[in-house]
Amino acid sequence: MSIGARRLVVGAHYGLRDWLVQRATAVVLAIYLIALALLVVSSRPIDYDAWAGIFAPLGMKIATLIAFVALAYHAWIGMRDVWMDYVRSTAVRMVLQLATILWLAACLAWAVQILWRV
Amino acid sequence: MPQRRAIRNIGITDLVRYRLPVPGVLSILHRVSGVLMFVLLPWLLWLFDMSLRSEVGYQRLLQVAGGWSIRAILVVLAWAVLHHLVAGVRFLALDLDLGMTRPAARRSAWIVFAISLPLAAWVALIIFGVL
Repeated sequence: MSIGARRLVVGAHYGLRDWLVQRATAVVLAIYLIALALLVVSSRPIDYDAWAGIFAPLGMKIATLIAFVALAYHAWIGMRDVWMDYVRSTAVRMVLQLATILWLAACLAWAVQILWRV
Repeated sequence: MPQRRAIRNIGITDLVRYRLPVPGVLSILHRVSGVLMFVLLPWLLWLFDMSLRSEVGYQRLLQVAGGWSIRAILVVLAWAVLHHLVAGVRFLALDLDLGMTRPAARRSAWIVFAISLPLAAWVALIIFGVL
């Protein structure tokens, strides 16, 4: 489907960029998750003070926020692929894609609030 | 011109008897686990919020996570994260043209399950308080 005479608005015609971003964000998330798991395991037995202590330093807040941004971008590309594969109606797909973006942006804003309250 | 056989997508009812090879099972589970995490993301953020908000919130989280149904969801989520992560590492290796032959791809798919399933079982034991 196109909007106007020649603006094609369907398909993953975003070149190599999204493909590459999905891999890059995957690496960021893998490193962050493994590091967080090691941090949690090394501070066992874990209670509130130990758990909150992990996220208290500014460096950890920033690392966690970067991980959340990577997560949102990664999830966006993945969900976009899912919508493109299974939803045939362009109009419905566009609505779902926009909803996905808004949803992820909201989650990201919430994550900032959670992190900076610790 | 030789007549080519028409190739069509299989119907949704054929899915039950369609025997997917192990890398195919890994791949569709990668997608299923991804969608699952996307859907449950707000719920996870809610738990994350509760855990960090205060000592009281942390204790409330432990209470909430005490129920069997919540623990079951957490186990499924833990499996989703682990499968997505380990299978994702395999996909990154494939992107680098590593293990591209069919036997190698099947072997690496089995290895992914051999890593992710025991890890998920271990986390499940922790979640259910056995460990």
